Amino acid sequence: MNKRMVLVVSLVFALVVINMGSVFAANLQIDGAGASFPYPIYSKWFDEYRKIDPSVQINYQSIGSGGGIRQISAKTVDFGATDAPMTDEALAALDRELIHIPTVIGSVAVVYNIPGVPSGLKLTGDIVADIYLGTITKWNDVRITEINPGVNLPDLSIAAARRSDGSGTTFTFSDYLSNISTVWKETVGTGSALRWPVGLGARGNEGVAGLVRQLPGAIGYVEQAYAEQNNLSQVALKNKAGYYVMPSLVGASLAAAGVEMPDDYRVSIVNADGPDAYPIATFTWLLVYKNAFDQAKGQKLADFIWWAIHEGDSFAIELHYSPLPEAVISKLQGTLKQLNFNGNTFLK
Amino acid sequence: MHQLPSKGKGATPSALSRSKMHETLLVGSVPDRVFKFVTATAAVVVLGLVSMIVFQLTTKSWESITRYGLAFITSDMWDPVFHEYGALPFIFGTVASSIIGLLIAVPASLGVAIFLSELAQKRIRRPVTFLVEVLASIPSVIYGLWGVFVLIPLIRSVQPFIQTRLGFLPFFQGPPFGYSLFTAGVILAIMIIPTITSLSRDALNAVPNHQREASLALGATRWETIWNVVLPYNKSGIIGAIMLGLGRALGETMAVTMVIGNQPEISMSIFMPAQTMASLIANEFNEATEAIHLSALIEIGFLLFLVTLTLNIIAKLLMIRVRGKGAHR
Repeated sequence: MNKRMVLVVSLVFALVVINMGSVFAANLQIDGAGASFPYPIYSKWFDEYRKIDPSVQINYQSIGSGGGIRQISAKTVDFGATDAPMTDEALAALDRELIHIPTVIGSVAVVYNIPGVPSGLKLTGDIVADIYLGTITKWNDVRITEINPGVNLPDLSIAAARRSDGSGTTFTFSDYLSNISTVWKETVGTGSALRWPVGLGARGNEGVAGLVRQLPGAIGYVEQAYAEQNNLSQVALKNKAGYYVMPSLVGASLAAAGVEMPDDYRVSIVNADGPDAYPIATFTWLLVYKNAFDQAKGQKLADFIWWAIHEGDSFAIELHYSPLPEAVISKLQGTLKQLNFNGNTFLK
Repeated sequence: MHQLPSKGKGATPSALSRSKMHETLLVGSVPDRVFKFVTATAAVVVLGLVSMIVFQLTTKSWESITRYGLAFITSDMWDPVFHEYGALPFIFGTVASSIIGLLIAVPASLGVAIFLSELAQKRIRRPVTFLVEVLASIPSVIYGLWGVFVLIPLIRSVQPFIQTRLGFLPFFQGPPFGYSLFTAGVILAIMIIPTITSLSRDALNAVPNHQREASLALGATRWETIWNVVLPYNKSGIIGAIMLGLGRALGETMAVTMVIGNQPEISMSIFMPAQTMASLIANEFNEATEAIHLSALIEIGFLLFLVTLTLNIIAKLLMIRVRGKGAHR
């Protein structure tokens, strides 16, 4: 082997290591992991926040809600993130109080591909449930045609596309169907991975979006941002008040405003009240221990979250998320002020 | 590998010098002993890795093993919401898609291998061999993408044609979605063709030339020589090549999950969606929060490990048997 080459490589390596040391040494590093759905806005927040407080470096791995819950429970990260609230049992199994902090609201769009019907399809939750249960199999089923007068629906098999990977989007979608249909609730239920009676599974939002775009007769559900970016035809869904509403950022915020917020913030906002509320929406949460393990990290994390829900939310709309309603923010202020280290709260 | 002792020059001297070399290694100098120690450690590490994998898989899936017992293998219900877990549809999907893959890949690969080792001229052999190797180096996600954008639309348009002729058979029914066991099988076939081709080409190249010459001298045609002499001569090598291809097919995750439809169903029809063990794990592991769900997923991994192990053992036995027969002839 060429000796000079070895020398050069090891020199470069040494320099890189030394530099890494000097870059990171001055910083406090906070690690988080979890949901992939809010990752675009979280990474924007971390970038922006670094301009405000250069002394803190926040690392986030978007490994999925399940992974986030596992890691924060095992205390291998400083905060977790999830799209589906933790269960009572999971919280009870922890030795410290873990709190849910809602950050933004996302909505799930029902999308479809029917040749000749680029827009304007209306559906009810019951019909969507029955499609995914396999009881409605054709687009010209009388239950669909009777609420879509004037729309020329073909005699085409419905391909029900859904996520094959466990996901918060599936959790929200199935939460909505469970809320609407008792049959769904009893046979399939709510979860991030389900036993689907029929359908085709695709991986990730991009997989479902791709499948729907490619396959005539397909119906699917994706995060609203994906539906917009891929120009997919979106369904107007009938909400609790009886109006047909298209997915929108405002509609999702209204859904959030229409529910009573419990003290632990673990609340479902599907099928919410209000004439303009869009029925398939959800909060996404950060998971933080109320009593921090490390004073410096706890302080920085509390500062960051305070900034995120106040200033950070202004980035929400451009990234296709709905910001928190005012009422939720003022309630959160009280909660954030309880974050502490050995009883000393971080925020005054 | 050779049943006839080779009469080539220097067979005995080389055997002699080899045993001498061995002796010097055993009693040898310090560097030699260090070298032996290092290589032995490496061998032990491999052993340790395998036993650690088995240990981890068993302990992490213990909750599921004790809770569901044998029903885990026989039940076709996989319900993460109500916590009922059965692996049957995934075992079916894995085995069925791999078999379809083999049915397509084995004849194709053997054809290419025979062409390359027996029939092709040198100037064709080089580029074709190179292309086969390129095929082997393409990442599986690329195959998956190709499957989604090229193969699936193709199958969607071909399927009605097949169904009008053979649709009365239960194996060819189902809606023309394109995401199916058959698509997965075709993708797997394409992915394992390079493996089987290059290994069986090596096996054919190892057949000594005098075997071919003897056959031709007896008046056999090219075809008769290949079919009756060359292929049987190194059967064990070809079976080994097929088994390695099968191993890759069983464990393939990404490309399969992109085209198989991911619906845990056991259907007679090759045009229905299915789901495999590897892609189930890849799909559900990240978001599995509850202990029993995680444990069941790890048990699926354990089953996949057992299936591969069993197949490897069968392959070894088959090779020993074939070799034994050859020696008697």
